[in-house]
Amino acid sequence: MALAVVAFLTLLSVLPAVAQDAAKEPAYRAFPLIGSRLAVWAVAQLHLNFAAFILGVPIFAVIIEIIGWRTGDARYDWLSHEFVKLTFAAFSTTALLGALLLFLFVGYYPKFWTYMTSIFFPTYWVYALLFFAETFTVYVWYYGWDWLSGPRKGIHVGLGVLSNLFGTAILLVANSWVTFMISPAGIDESGALKGSVWAAINNFTWMPINIHRLIANIVFGGTIAAAYAAFRFLGAKTDEERARYDWMGYIGNFVALSAFIVLPFAGYYLGREIYAFNQTMGITMMGGFMSWLWIIQAILIGVLFMGSNYYLWLGMERIPGSERYRRYVPIMIGILAFGFMVWATPRSMVITLDEARAMGGTHHPVLGFLGVMSAKNTAVNMMILTTFLSFVLYRRANRISTKSWVGAGMIVQWVALGLAAVVVVFYGVYGYFVESMVRIGFSVYQVLAVLGAIGVVMAIDIPMFKGARSTGTIRWGTIAPRSQYVLILLAVTFTWLMGLMGFARSGIRQHWHVYGVMRDSSVDAVTPAIGYAANMITIVTIAFFALVMFIFWLGGLGEKGMAGGSGHHAPAPVFAGGSDADPTPAPSRESTGGRSPQRS
Amino acid sequence: MNLLRSRFAQAVLILIVAFVVLKFGIRPAAPWSVLTLYMAIVLLAVLVFVSSDSDSWRDFVWPIRATLVDPNRRLARLVFLIVLPLLFGYYAYTQAAAKPQAPPELRAVHPAPPASIQFRGKEIQITGLDNPLRKDQASYKKHVAAGAEIYIRNCMYCHGDNLDGRGHFAHGFNPPPANFQDPGTIAMLQEAFLFWRIAKGGPGLPKESTPWNSVMPAWEDRLTEEQTWQVIMYLYDATGQHPRRWEEGH
Repeated sequence: MALAVVAFLTLLSVLPAVAQDAAKEPAYRAFPLIGSRLAVWAVAQLHLNFAAFILGVPIFAVIIEIIGWRTGDARYDWLSHEFVKLTFAAFSTTALLGALLLFLFVGYYPKFWTYMTSIFFPTYWVYALLFFAETFTVYVWYYGWDWLSGPRKGIHVGLGVLSNLFGTAILLVANSWVTFMISPAGIDESGALKGSVWAAINNFTWMPINIHRLIANIVFGGTIAAAYAAFRFLGAKTDEERARYDWMGYIGNFVALSAFIVLPFAGYYLGREIYAFNQTMGITMMGGFMSWLWIIQAILIGVLFMGSNYYLWLGMERIPGSERYRRYVPIMIGILAFGFMVWATPRSMVITLDEARAMGGTHHPVLGFLGVMSAKNTAVNMMILTTFLSFVLYRRANRISTKSWVGAGMIVQWVALGLAAVVVVFYGVYGYFVESMVRIGFSVYQVLAVLGAIGVVMAIDIPMFKGARSTGTIRWGTIAPRSQYVLILLAVTFTWLMGLMGFARSGIRQHWHVYGVMRDSSVDAVTPAIGYAANMITIVTIAFFALVMFIFWLGGLGEKGMAGGSGHHAPAPVFAGGSDADPTPAPSRESTGGRSPQRS
Repeated sequence: MNLLRSRFAQAVLILIVAFVVLKFGIRPAAPWSVLTLYMAIVLLAVLVFVSSDSDSWRDFVWPIRATLVDPNRRLARLVFLIVLPLLFGYYAYTQAAAKPQAPPELRAVHPAPPASIQFRGKEIQITGLDNPLRKDQASYKKHVAAGAEIYIRNCMYCHGDNLDGRGHFAHGFNPPPANFQDPGTIAMLQEAFLFWRIAKGGPGLPKESTPWNSVMPAWEDRLTEEQTWQVIMYLYDATGQHPRRWEEGH
């Protein structure tokens, strides 16, 4: 990693000279065999995948560490360390891919890079300094895990928080470059910077993408971490190991699911801002030649919703007392399946001429109503509510509240969920009777109703089940193995989805490097067809998972020969697994300072 | 009744009921591509349903396993051995056999408009453009009446007297003319978009997503700027739709 940092800084220091030379050079060079665009595409997508992982995982790793620190539960401390270990292994690869991407831009798109440098050069230094700061903070965070324990645990947690702040700042800087290419700002008619670079940074799509990517990175990190746990679960030799990785997979999926629930809202905000910036771009994306991407996206997100819920329902089997909630599962499947069907219904259908004549046009007179945003927003909000209900049932599966007000509490919870569903459906239907701008505004009410219901239900649920009577211990490790394949499926689906949406974001610029400012006049200045893009995204996704598998394997290699095989200096905490035995009591914070008792 | 308690039988029943409802319960019939998509989702949901707990999964798998390995079910195995390949073969034949019609097309919903166009030599900025005739509310009815006359003289033959895309010539076109009554067409678009589409017609459609197969003429050769705006006003007035407004920038 140090090598990558040095290479990056060396390159940065010579950039002005490179930029001057570039003026005398051809605008483009051809990358051998596959062409420059495919080379940049592959490296950029891979870099983004790794970057998303190393930025997303530390966010929840530090939260888990704080939970372990405050509750004194050593399992969380072990889990946080395990997550950071994964991040750490991927750090060097991210940096190397970033440097490689920079080489490709400088070498194969010199004029474009010269232009970007003329706008954003000051931010390069900020980026480099942030990168340095993050690298060293993560180093100390990871290697100082044992050293900064006990009374110094607060400092260690502080380092985790700091590394996240640096990581998020890096994301914001890089996003300013990408979003400037979509929605340039702060420049005059010739494309030169008018005043401060801040105007170029704070362009139309910068903040929507910041929010969208930050949330998506958490989901992505969660799914990859859960896939890692699944990988380890399936290869586990002992019940205890299975129990440990079952729990890790659950937490990874929980993190992913929690962030995933709000991701569609952030995506909708981004899409709306793109529309507001440029109608042509908006229509190209949603109604034009990219409109079919959204049907593929709907199918993938439907799979994610269905898969996440399925995992929770399978997980309930290892919770004694969850049987009483089984009867809700078929209803929830029904809602999810119906929502999935609505969401995946295309507005303009693939039809033969006979079918078109029978329908009286390219739009079906009945199903066509499901192809517009009113129906889709309603469907996704209902799916989010259902997923949340799944989570609530899972959460209380082995607990019976002892509070006297439990009946009233439950009624309020059901009313909140029911009201949210009514509001969502009402505005979904009413949306067909008002003009577009008003209809778009309805999505805000739908979102607020869903988030409000989630807030109310959780505000009641937490105190209601505090000190609840247990119906049995969760039998970690006894979950059906097919659940682990679901976790892997979720990770692959989400990675593929990220590639697809990245193509949409980049592709809407069409034949522009910087939309409306710098035209792409290379031989590759053609937007690829969806099938071509899908093949490309699939190849890169396979390459990403091959690299991830290698890193996972390396992670496991480092553990061989270590006591307990936890990947830490000492064995991991013991879990209840494969039996009804109680879990090992968590060590108190006073005695361990949040560390595993065996570790010091 | 015992049969209905079997998870396998329940799964098969759900699939059959779903197919019957989707195939015959939607009128006009759902296109085959959509029916396939829906059935794939139903199949996924059924598989999730039967495998979401171990007892259910065992119950579901039991008849399949028994059919495959139980010595008493030799006859059933033999029947499946013959019938299943025949069914797959028939399906493959229906998919591969030549049909006397064009294959289905993957069509985009709306073409993306340009930022500006040349209308009879005058540059008109499409982005952010509103219908200038709407400023004069006193003449609204006059403009709508003029638009109606223009529509009946020029557009009705394809788009229909009910503006539903079922005009006299509509049956000869693939794809059929736009149905303005559909809330997914003009109600989702700004008036400037319609101005561009009417002015430039099929020849002015973007290169992306071709072939558009539009026979819409470029009406700028026959209609003035004011007449184009008038007919747009009529389309919205007659259908009761409202044009989309432009979003405010930040």
